[in-house]
Amino acid sequence: MTTPTLTSFAAPRGGAQGPSGSCAGPASASIALKPNEDARYVLRLADTCLIWSHRLAEWCGHAPVLEEDIALANHALDLLGQSRALLTHAGRLEGQGFDEDQLAYLRDERDFINVTLAELPNGATAGGRGDFAFTVLRNFVLSSWALLMWQHLAASRDAELAAIAGKAVKEARYHREHAADWVIRLGDGTEDSALRMQAALERLWPYTNELFDSDAVDRAAADSGLGPAWATLREAWLADVQDVLAQATLPMPPKSAYRSDAKRGMHTEHMGRLLAEMQVLQRNHPGGRW
Amino acid sequence: MSALESTDARAAEAWRVLAGVLDPEVPALSVVELGIVRGIEPLPDGTLEVVLTPTYSGCPATEVIEASIVEALHGAGLGPLYVRTQRAPAWTTDWISAEGRRKLREYGIAPPGPLAEAVPIRMVRRVLVPCPRCSSEATERLSGFGATACKALYRCTACREPFEYFKPI
Repeated sequence: MTTPTLTSFAAPRGGAQGPSGSCAGPASASIALKPNEDARYVLRLADTCLIWSHRLAEWCGHAPVLEEDIALANHALDLLGQSRALLTHAGRLEGQGFDEDQLAYLRDERDFINVTLAELPNGATAGGRGDFAFTVLRNFVLSSWALLMWQHLAASRDAELAAIAGKAVKEARYHREHAADWVIRLGDGTEDSALRMQAALERLWPYTNELFDSDAVDRAAADSGLGPAWATLREAWLADVQDVLAQATLPMPPKSAYRSDAKRGMHTEHMGRLLAEMQVLQRNHPGGRW
Repeated sequence: MSALESTDARAAEAWRVLAGVLDPEVPALSVVELGIVRGIEPLPDGTLEVVLTPTYSGCPATEVIEASIVEALHGAGLGPLYVRTQRAPAWTTDWISAEGRRKLREYGIAPPGPLAEAVPIRMVRRVLVPCPRCSSEATERLSGFGATACKALYRCTACREPFEYFKPI
C-alpha cells in the first residue's frame, strides 16, 4: 500500500517530527464506516486476508527453515494483494470514498470484521514465540475455506468481485496444497510433531465455527447473488479437512459449541496489539510514505 | 501475440517497444512474452490505451512494470498514454509465449507446463519437471515457493544443480 492519499499530509520535514519530539503533530483521526450489507460482506473477506497476512508476515526471518520462511512470506504477500483489491472494492461499495489505505490504517478495532482465526497470535500466547504447528494448521483450514469461497465468488453477480476471485482462486490452490503438505508431514511425523499438531488442532478448532455461521449479511449476499452464505461451504470444507487430517493420522477434534465473533466486530485481546503495530506509522505521521 | 496485435501503426510500434521492456523479477522475459500486455489501442481522443493484466494479486513488481512501460512508450514518443488494469480474465502462465518459454529455460528457470495438466504439487509426490540445465527428469521439489510468488524451488539429482520452476497458474 504505497499510494499516498491523505490530504492532511503537510508536516514540514524535520519540523514537527524533529529529534526533540517535543511538539508532535496531530495523530490521524479514525474514519467511521457506514457499510451497507454488500460492503460488509466484502469487508469480512478483505479484513480476513489483511489480518491473516499480517500474522504470516510476522514469521519473516523467524521460520524454522529458510524455504518455509520464503513460502510464508509469499503466502502473506498474495493475501495482502487480495486484501488490497477487496478493500478498494469495499470502499467503493461503502460509498464515502475511502481507499485501501484509509480502510487498513484508520479504522478502529470494532470496525474490523475479519474472522477470529486470522487474528490469533502465531504462538500459544501473545508475544510468545511462533508455533509452527499452529501456523500450518491455521493456514490449512483457512486456505481450504478461502479456496471454496473464491470458487463461489468467481461466479458473483458483482463483476469486480468475480474478477478478484478469478485471480485469487489460482493462488489459494497453491496455499492450500502447501499447508496440507505440512499438516500431513508433521501430523504423520515424529511422536513429538504429532503431539504438537494435535494440541494446535484442538486449540484452533473452536474458532472454525465462525467460518460457517451465517447471518443477515451473508443471507442478503446469497439472495442477491453477491456470494455464498458462509454456512453452505461447511460440507465441502469438512470433507477436505477430514481427508487431510486422516492422511495426517490426526483425530478429528470434538465438536465445540464455542462461537467467536470477530466478524461482527467483537475481537480477542490480541487484535488491539496487532492493530497498534500495523497502524502506528499512519496514525502518528498522517499520510506518511516510504 | 499476433492475435492481440493491432493493425494500427502506432500500436504496432508500441508492441515493438514493449518487446524490449523486461520483467524486473524475471529479466529473461519481456512484458509481451510474459503475456501481461493484453491490448494496445489508440482511443478517439488521441490517447494510446495500454491494457495490462497483473500476474499475481500481491506481485510487488506490478507498479514497477507499469512505470517501465509508460517510460518506454513515452521515450519512443508514443504518448499520451492511458494504462488500464484489467483483472478478468485472470492472467495464466498459458499466456507466456513459446519464445518466452525457451528464454526461461535458457535462463535456468524450468518453464511452466500447460495449466490444463497442472496437478497439485505435493511434497510426498514427484512431479515431472525436467531440469532446465541438463534436461534430466530426475528432479525433486525442495519447496512450493521460491524467491518470487510465481516460482517453486527444485533440484536436479542428475547434475546436482538447484533450479526454479515457473508454476502453472
